[in-house]
Amino acid sequence: MNVTSFLELAVPAPVAETIALVLVLLGAILCLSAAVGLLRLRDVPSRLHAGTKPQVLGLVLICLAIAVAQRTIGGMLLGVVIVIPVILLQFATAPLSAHMVGRQAYRNGTIQAHSLVVDEYAESKQTPPAAG
Amino acid sequence: MNPLLIAILVVFGLAAILCVIRIVRGPSILDRTVASDVLLTEVMCVLGADMAINGHTRNIPVMLIIAAVGVFASISVARYVARRDNTAP
Repeated sequence: MNVTSFLELAVPAPVAETIALVLVLLGAILCLSAAVGLLRLRDVPSRLHAGTKPQVLGLVLICLAIAVAQRTIGGMLLGVVIVIPVILLQFATAPLSAHMVGRQAYRNGTIQAHSLVVDEYAESKQTPPAAG
Repeated sequence: MNPLLIAILVVFGLAAILCVIRIVRGPSILDRTVASDVLLTEVMCVLGADMAINGHTRNIPVMLIIAAVGVFASISVARYVARRDNTAP
């Protein structure tokens, strides 16, 4: 069996469709869990905790579903290559925004200070650094 | 209509409504920023779900641009929010 015929091997259409739908449903449930955490938790850092992590995992699952929905082996490989930049960009930018928002929330005082176990950032509040 | 498809629609809609509720109610502007970030990522997820369900790859450029540029909203709001925006909840 040569490479071309291997790449054209196809998963049966109902199987591929069902796998893709289940993966999309899992991603949607992770999105829903992020939204529920956003609504239920109390202050900005804990809402960030709910809002940044399950979302990205849901996006990874949906990108896998995109690759599976291509049906042939070659199509799946091409789909994985296509969605990898999206996942890498999301991995790179989600911690950036979370870091900026969390630091600003600490400086604003929109956190519940009594719920912190350790507050290693307290000294820098006395002498704030010049950069925002 | 496939029951899985209906479940996907319901779950995505519910998540979007919860995000909008947090955007409307959020006591401080940072809460609203976090919620709108979640809503933007959910838009990306819906675009990807459309591609996976209908079996095409036309939305990939939109997802790339949103993933690359969406972070600037949160960063700029967090950068320029007032130091004493201490709204009571």
